[in-house]
Amino acid sequence: MSVKQGLMALLAEGPMYGAQLRSEFEERTGGTWPLNVGQVYTTLNRLERDGLVEPTGEADSEGRISYRLTDAGVAEVGTWWTTPVDRDNTPRDELTIKLALAVTVPGVDVAAVARTQRTATMRHLHDLTRLKQDVMRKQRDAERDEPEPDESDSTANHDLAWLLVLENLIFSAEAEVRWLDHVETRLHRESLRPFRRSGDSAGAAKARAEVEETAYRREVGSQQQTDRTGARR
Amino acid sequence: MTAPSLLLDNVTRVHGTGDTAVRALDGVTLEVMPGELVAVMGPSGSGKSTLLNLAGGLDMATSGRVVIEGEDLTTLNAKGIAQLRRRRVGFVFQDYNLIPSLTAAENVALPLELDGERAGKARRHARQTLDLMGLRELSDRFPDQMSGGQQQRVAIARALIGSRRLVLADEPTGALDTHTGEDVLRVLRERCDDGVAGLLVTHEARHAAWADRVVFLRDGVVVDSTGRASSAEDLLDTASR
Repeated sequence: MSVKQGLMALLAEGPMYGAQLRSEFEERTGGTWPLNVGQVYTTLNRLERDGLVEPTGEADSEGRISYRLTDAGVAEVGTWWTTPVDRDNTPRDELTIKLALAVTVPGVDVAAVARTQRTATMRHLHDLTRLKQDVMRKQRDAERDEPEPDESDSTANHDLAWLLVLENLIFSAEAEVRWLDHVETRLHRESLRPFRRSGDSAGAAKARAEVEETAYRREVGSQQQTDRTGARR
Repeated sequence: MTAPSLLLDNVTRVHGTGDTAVRALDGVTLEVMPGELVAVMGPSGSGKSTLLNLAGGLDMATSGRVVIEGEDLTTLNAKGIAQLRRRRVGFVFQDYNLIPSLTAAENVALPLELDGERAGKARRHARQTLDLMGLRELSDRFPDQMSGGQQQRVAIARALIGSRRLVLADEPTGALDTHTGEDVLRVLRERCDDGVAGLLVTHEARHAAWADRVVFLRDGVVVDSTGRASSAEDLLDTASR
């Protein structure tokens, strides 16, 4: 996630100073991606250098400087909203790498690694679901107290923002559990095959070489058969 | 100490005999306490439905004990089991199973009527239960006048009418979209928060996450449960064995 785009999107609502941007960003995303003020100011400086934001004036009595978007900044935010997030760049994922290595490094019980992870992810999913239930309960209570809320009700909007973030984390955790289920099933099937990956790796390599050799012979045999059939035609 | 609402003690269920015997469940032990919702997950054929059928007395274990609120099913005759099922256990199925010619209140009242309660009293009780679950406006509707999610919530009310404090739900959200499915889970969760014990079979992790604990089945065996975590040493130990 680019902090730059996030801060610019907030500035599209009106001028803000660093600490304000930080707290708005965190509140709307439920503190899922915490920012420090230093990071916010560094980003603002870079945006100012690139002509996308500008200070609204001098520092206030507490030394805070508010920033606003320039015209170029407004255009950049518009582009951000209308352009899909780039998914071609596959981020490095520790779990995927861990399991890929577990399958290839001798002496690691891959199924146990997958199961332990699934239990942990399931617990995480459970915690996220509890948080979601709390937000939804709060929303229902608010609806009961005020059946027709004002559209500009910022608490309701912030709750909705937090709910969307939570649901994204929930769907991601669910996908991980499903993938780990799939991994377990695949490992189970592999373990039923005549040659096991684990154990005597030299033996396994030899067995694999034999299988390849047989497959090659069969291929060549069928090719010769085809040639013969072709010749008869 | 509180007794479990449901206890499966080393339960095995074998279908068939000899070479063709299939162990649908193999030595499964599971407890569900009052106020607890336990989810069971696992691939098709892992024994989820067998487990639920045994827990509800719809099927009998080959060995092991199934105990519902202190009553050991293996010591009861067919009549005793049927009575226990009527009074103590509620079922919720994927396809709701409401009777089309009866209103929601009449459907909910049915288990009480079958147990010998007078119709008027049973229906008053059914309306109270629907009220309690925030479903008052559905009382006089027939199943075909309700959405899937509404029918399933009525089915939960029916499962928990009277003195029943154990609900067994088999993929209750299977036929519902994400939002409606969540409404159903919320109702189930609220019942459990009020002290009911629930066993929820689902293949969706997102729905299982509404439960207090999740048990994973594979080939009739509990392979994992969120109540327990392996340490790094365990992993390496298993690997070197």
